[in-house]
Amino acid sequence: MSSLADDIRAGDRRALARGLTLVENDLAAGRDLLVALGAGGGAHRIGITGPPGAGKSTLVSALAAMWRREDRQVGVLAVDPSSPFTGGALLGDRIRMLTHSGDDGVFIRSLASRGALGGLAVGIYDAADLLAAAGFDPVVIETVGVGQGEVEICRAADTTVVVLAPGAGDVVQGMKAGLLEIADVLVVNQADREGADGLVSALESAAELRDAPAPPILKTVATRSEGLEALCAALDARGADAGSGLAERRLDRARARLRATVDGRRADRFWEGRSDALEAAARAVAAGERSAEQAATELLEGDDA
Amino acid sequence: MNAADERPIRILVAKAGLDGHDRGAKVVAAGLRDAGFEVIYTGLRQTPEMIVDAAVQEDVDAVGLSLHSGAHMTLFPRVLELLRERGAEQILLTGGGIIPEADMDALSAMGVGRLFGPGTPLADLEAYIRAEVAERRATAS
Ligand SMILES: Nc1nc2c(ncn2[C@@H]2O[C@H](COP(=O)(O)OP(=O)(O)O)[C@@H](O)[C@H]2O)c(=O)[nH]1
Ligand SMILES: [Mg+2]
Repeated sequence: MSSLADDIRAGDRRALARGLTLVENDLAAGRDLLVALGAGGGAHRIGITGPPGAGKSTLVSALAAMWRREDRQVGVLAVDPSSPFTGGALLGDRIRMLTHSGDDGVFIRSLASRGALGGLAVGIYDAADLLAAAGFDPVVIETVGVGQGEVEICRAADTTVVVLAPGAGDVVQGMKAGLLEIADVLVVNQADREGADGLVSALESAAELRDAPAPPILKTVATRSEGLEALCAALDARGADAGSGLAERRLDRARARLRATVDGRRADRFWEGRSDALEAAARAVAAGERSAEQAATELLEGDDA
Repeated sequence: MNAADERPIRILVAKAGLDGHDRGAKVVAAGLRDAGFEVIYTGLRQTPEMIVDAAVQEDVDAVGLSLHSGAHMTLFPRVLELLRERGAEQILLTGGGIIPEADMDALSAMGVGRLFGPGTPLADLEAYIRAEVAERRATAS
């Protein structure tokens, strides 16, 4: 019997899809799978963010076409928000990526944010790891970004591309600060529309105010694949880390992830079999019989971790 | 697998065939989202190959096909065949359109799930998918 890891290594796309379900839902089998598959080497993780309608999905599709010409296997994680009320989500990014249907070299997975802040789904880090381990490079993560909490995407991506379109003037004013800070590359898409040059100059002057060096600002027309060579070149340069700060970013990310993963595992182990104790302690705290600090100290007694 | 059973139902909603509007499919997609499903919507003029390719990559629990072109007797069996070829026969294939009862019976005998006529309340569709997916997830784990 072959394992899921073997099937994924052999290029079985159904197996990869099932593996993604396991890691997205943080199931034990998903963790085992990530351990079995090992590290994916240095796949370039590219985050693409920006307001709805800027053309992110169209741009991802056009980029994927470019990378396919270099025979690279492209993984795409397209994240859209979940409704905070029903938990449901409408995931429509594939509509813009249909030209890659039938090409096993492009793997697209839609993810719902499931309440995670900053537009990033909880299992996204593991999902990106899985695609990298399966041989995809680059791994692109598309998320909706409107100016709050986008820092999250930096934690999952080596390189963050912020995509804007002309005509979003007021919106851009409001979100510029947050989005500009995180951009390694700024793209003004829909450059065929009026106002593109104005947006470029607005971004140029805003970028001067950043602490970090100003990012490249590139114009594209995603629907016609215009400006894509320059964008690919900028991404490749960043991926090659010619003083681009990529290594540093990766180290920061690795440190944060290891901490979060170990903390999470520890916590799971700690709470196992303690739900009654938690319930009793919570009641005592709620009733004002114990302070939270007292109750927590008692719960932790005898735990040597 | 308890955790697995609690995860949201994922469904691919697509409009197959050549006729040009997808209002019905969009309404169904939005309705299922409001019912708490994660709906992957792929839009118009989807070929069986495109539908199955997306369903496999997305690892959906169900595929909901909307069609009005009268090609149901070729499209549904073809999608079913491709799902089986890809080892994805666990995925529920359901859908809707104007389909004569005799054809519905024939498709059901092939392994297609229940098909819904125009004007079916969304709640019926939702209840059917929930029950069917719960059963399929239980047998898979
Ligand atoms: N005129 C023009 N339209 C574009 C361009 N790129 C994307 N679009 C259109 O903008 C709309 C939104 O694109 P989409 O990729 O879904 O945006 P997203 O929400 O940022 O992912 C679609 O109708 C695209 O066809 C472009 O460069 N020029
Ligand atoms: Mg999109």
